[in-house]
Amino acid sequence: MQLIACPWCGPREEVEFSYGGQAHVPYPDSPAELSDEEWAHYVFFRDNTKGRFAERWNHNAGCRRWFNAIRDTTTYRFESVYRLDDPKPVTP
Amino acid sequence: MSTPFRTPSGGRIDRATTVEFTFEGQTLTGHPGDTLASALLANGRHQVATSIKLGRPRGIAAAWAEDPGGLVQIEEPFPEPMLLASTVELSDGLVAHGLPGQGRLADVPDSARYDAVHHHVDVLVVGAGPAGLAAALTAARAGARVALVDEQSEAGGSLLSGTERLDDAPALQWVAAAVAELAASPEVLHLQRTTAFGSYDDGFVLALERRTDHLGAAAPKHVSRQRVWRIRARAIVVATGAHERPVVFADNDRPGIMLAGAARTFLHRYGVLPGRDAVVFTTNDSAYDAALDLHRAGVQVQAVVDARPEGSPRRREDCELAGIRVLSGAVVTGTQGVERVTHALVAPFADGEVGASTAIGCDLLLVSGGWNPAVHLYSQARGRLRYDDALGAFVPGEDLDGLSVTGSAAGVLDLPGCLADGQRRARAALTALAIPPAGEDRLPAAPEPAVPAAPLVLWRVPDTSGADGSTSFVDLQRDATVADIARAVGAGLRSIEHVKRYTTIGTAHDQGKTSGVLTSGITAELLGIPVQDTGTTTFRPPYTPVAFAALAGRDRGRLFDPERVTALHEWHVAAGAVFEDVGQWKRPRHYPQPGEDMAAAVLRECAAARTGVGILDGSTLGKIDVQGADAAVLLDRLYTNLMSSLKVGSVRYGVMCGVDGMVIDDGTVLRLAEDRFLVLTTTGGAAKVLDWMEEWVQTEWPDLRVHCTSVTEQWVTFPVVGPRSRDVIGAVFPDVDVTNEAFPFMTWRDTTLDGVPVRLARISFSGELAYEVYVNPWYAIAVWQRLLEAGRPYGITPYGTETMHVLRAEKGYPIIGQDTDGTVSPHDLGMAWAVSKKKPDFVGKRSFARVENQNPLRKQLVGLLPVDRETVLPEGSQIVEFLADGQLPPPPVPMLGHVTSSYRSAELARPFALALVRGGRERIGETVHVPLNGTLVPVEVTGSVLVDPEGARRDG
Amino acid sequence: MAELLRTHPLEAWAAAFERLPDTVGIAAEPYVAMVDVRLAPVGAESSAALGVDLPTAPNTWVPAGTGRVVWLGPDEWLLTSTTEAPEELEARVRTAVLPLGGSATDVSAQRIGLRLTGARVRDVLAKGCSIDLHPRVFGRGSSAQTALGQAGVVLLALSDSGDDVVVLVRSSFAGYLADWLLDAALEFTHDS
Repeated sequence: MQLIACPWCGPREEVEFSYGGQAHVPYPDSPAELSDEEWAHYVFFRDNTKGRFAERWNHNAGCRRWFNAIRDTTTYRFESVYRLDDPKPVTP
Repeated sequence: MSTPFRTPSGGRIDRATTVEFTFEGQTLTGHPGDTLASALLANGRHQVATSIKLGRPRGIAAAWAEDPGGLVQIEEPFPEPMLLASTVELSDGLVAHGLPGQGRLADVPDSARYDAVHHHVDVLVVGAGPAGLAAALTAARAGARVALVDEQSEAGGSLLSGTERLDDAPALQWVAAAVAELAASPEVLHLQRTTAFGSYDDGFVLALERRTDHLGAAAPKHVSRQRVWRIRARAIVVATGAHERPVVFADNDRPGIMLAGAARTFLHRYGVLPGRDAVVFTTNDSAYDAALDLHRAGVQVQAVVDARPEGSPRRREDCELAGIRVLSGAVVTGTQGVERVTHALVAPFADGEVGASTAIGCDLLLVSGGWNPAVHLYSQARGRLRYDDALGAFVPGEDLDGLSVTGSAAGVLDLPGCLADGQRRARAALTALAIPPAGEDRLPAAPEPAVPAAPLVLWRVPDTSGADGSTSFVDLQRDATVADIARAVGAGLRSIEHVKRYTTIGTAHDQGKTSGVLTSGITAELLGIPVQDTGTTTFRPPYTPVAFAALAGRDRGRLFDPERVTALHEWHVAAGAVFEDVGQWKRPRHYPQPGEDMAAAVLRECAAARTGVGILDGSTLGKIDVQGADAAVLLDRLYTNLMSSLKVGSVRYGVMCGVDGMVIDDGTVLRLAEDRFLVLTTTGGAAKVLDWMEEWVQTEWPDLRVHCTSVTEQWVTFPVVGPRSRDVIGAVFPDVDVTNEAFPFMTWRDTTLDGVPVRLARISFSGELAYEVYVNPWYAIAVWQRLLEAGRPYGITPYGTETMHVLRAEKGYPIIGQDTDGTVSPHDLGMAWAVSKKKPDFVGKRSFARVENQNPLRKQLVGLLPVDRETVLPEGSQIVEFLADGQLPPPPVPMLGHVTSSYRSAELARPFALALVRGGRERIGETVHVPLNGTLVPVEVTGSVLVDPEGARRDG
Repeated sequence: MAELLRTHPLEAWAAAFERLPDTVGIAAEPYVAMVDVRLAPVGAESSAALGVDLPTAPNTWVPAGTGRVVWLGPDEWLLTSTTEAPEELEARVRTAVLPLGGSATDVSAQRIGLRLTGARVRDVLAKGCSIDLHPRVFGRGSSAQTALGQAGVVLLALSDSGDDVVVLVRSSFAGYLADWLLDAALEFTHDS
């Protein structure tokens, strides 16, 4: 049972959280102006990164806040968590 | 009754008390403190069972969980299969018999309690042997929060099996003092009979405590029999000791052959002589202790057979003084005997060559091939192992973050070394946690250990019997031999993981505690590669078997899954409701009257709602309070239709889609104020829709001034439905003008009942005139009863979810999640009217324009009427069509769609269904077919609204 | 005016609670008004408007008159009052926070409170709560939103010794949690 550090509540068991997929995928400004293919990229396509990955998590059994995390997809280790209004950390 | 192999004194057993037990139908005696294995040996019984494949007699080969042989089935006091005689504590009245490999589940329900407890510590020490006790004392003395868990019935570890001395006194005196000191430390949790069976991420360890098994029939019923400790430790010190490793030779499986250290345990801890005439076969110095101790206890040690060319000069001297013959440069090549070993075949051994053998008579053959550190918890935590040439064993190869290994589990095999290492590891852990160590932290004085002669690494004695190793057993429980490994290697397998799976070695109850490393060694030999290149198989939890009941804990029976109930639950129960599970909610499905089945009850309830008045407990509907200056903006972005134009006091139906344009939920929205809405969701969608709103507000539109709050349980909801509903509502709420003019369809009004706020809404999920009553659940029963009272003259009929489903299906109202499956758009549901063309954007809009979503052959929601007016089509039925020639197309027959909802209709006096059908709306009027029980049922495709298509009833 | 009958979801459990020994006391908290307050940022203005400082430290609660304010999130609190009716409390708080861009929602019936008292409270909670409730880290004034058994709860520490805790639970889960607590307390009912 891994611990995930909620930026507000601190470390909690992973079952208190839900996964929200890749972070920093904003809703397009003008969807109507996108081609079907461009729109499909927003709706259906996400990176499948091996290694450090910026992703969204929600502490849904606790404070219900969304936050971002850098997690290594090969080790499952969380390298950092950051609030939505924080910039994506620069990773080496 | 005599126990001929019990020593006259000594051991950790309570000799003053005798307990009776039954094994294989034979009544025997032992003492509290015995295991079933030690009691059997005290009675001279070695054989426990026969082997799973070959039916060979097998006995007790070790004194604890590493025993590959002594599996038993317990019948009394608690039926349980597949336990080891060596780990079952003896209790009065125990009834057991041996198992040839496979047990039998109890045929009575398990009446014992099981539970789990979370526990947090700074330092967790696993193992209460010398290293573990030293570590626990150091951590406790520093004031840290400490847990010490140990799988045995008492602390001491290897000290329980020997004659070591500390501080010039028997070592167990120091153990007792240490245990007392720990007990006096308020922040220390010390658990015996507790096996740490798994180590996981972030210092998480699961341990199984056997709380009452040793009490036998006297175990109290209100205390859990076993408990899973869920321990979260900031630092873990693993002091789990080492398992002795056998050497493989021909016919090494006979009862009476056991590990040398086990014999010492049986002697010192249990006061049992495991035989009268012993041969000791070893590759290292440790087995000499067993030879000498047994000799002192009166056992005839016929020979020590030491595979090392020079043996151990110092230990040879000890033996000579005792009159024990030592054969250096010799091995045991085989054995004789059937139900018990009678002879060891001993031969000279030099440069890997085995000479001619001689038989030495014995009833006990002790074997030691060295020691394997118990690295399981370390390895489970993804620690890498390193092969240590000097020890001939795999040891922890690196320090892990927050987990260290100490004592013989780390390859430290002498007592003072273990004590010092335990203290050192604990201090390092404290330092990492910034906990200052105690000033006073003394270790007991231990005699300086003699330097042992170097051990020889010998995995197996070459088979000289002319055979092929087919009786040289590697895994006794699986009847797997050197020949099996040779066959695996011969078949081209190189990976130790593949060899394991091919041979099944290490897959029995003991998970290869004795056989795993042997298999690595023998495989390496056969492949001609170093054993470090073979490595070990992966260690996985659990370390020892754990009963499913223990893992389930208290999550069984009515605590298995929470039952959510509404404020009216007791009333529903008293009214004889039949409940259905809707998510975790218990909802009344129907209220059968005496003699009614569900079909009859539902027809009656439907008729009441369509012709008189019915009432439903709709409290499980999701409710979300949306507040703020931008509340309307948020709803406009999330609903397909326009919500900002809704007037205060009015209600609008809305549909919500994902970004892919597929419907995720629907419901009505009440505008409470310019800046406040009450959003109603489906029962199943309540949490999902709130999460959906929060996700968009938090992650995409943080600038919107809007807040969403769940009020699902803040309001109970009672739809009062049917042509007489106006009479009922008018009677209960006389201050509300219930006329269509004053209170039109799709509006809401606030009122009070005896001072309690009540909200009424003209919302209809049935097509009938209907009023939904909202009130704080504190007053649910009172309001419900007022409504029933007022409805009595009109025959008000409580109805359940089944009737609700029929009524809405007759009107073609879809249930999201039943009539849809995540691939259905509002257009597919025939709800283009609910999709705004005015709004520049909303979630899902762009997807509606995708080519695939314009396809006229998409599945669309339609009605189906079975032509025979009899058949209720099973939900999920597939729909097919005939070709022009009246024949089915050749298989695979194309499926046009499937039935999503299907009921009998009181109103239509026939069954009907809703279905998703390819190009369905174009097919209205056609006849298609539903395969059912080997025949094809013709059904007519209709529009989805089958009752009151013109909507004439909603105003009564 | 006839008074409408008010019923508590755990009325059927009252007798079982009463039979418990002092070491594992369980009692349903009386009805109180509760509002969910959303506001950001908070400061002198909100304190003046509300008459209470909304705590900004995560996982804490503070007394507010005879009621409490519980931190639920960086912009969310649960404010309770023992003296106001639910609709009065909502109206008062809403009026106070609306000009500051906040919101207030009556959630009085969303949750019920259970007061757990006695030396064994920590042992009972440890059977289903994965967070550390040691008094060193969960003293008076601490709160936590987490799971107890399979129910979502808010825990409030009322003492520094771990022997006085309020558990807030969604009303529909109250029966489950009451059963769960009684079952967890069973072994301690034989203590004396």
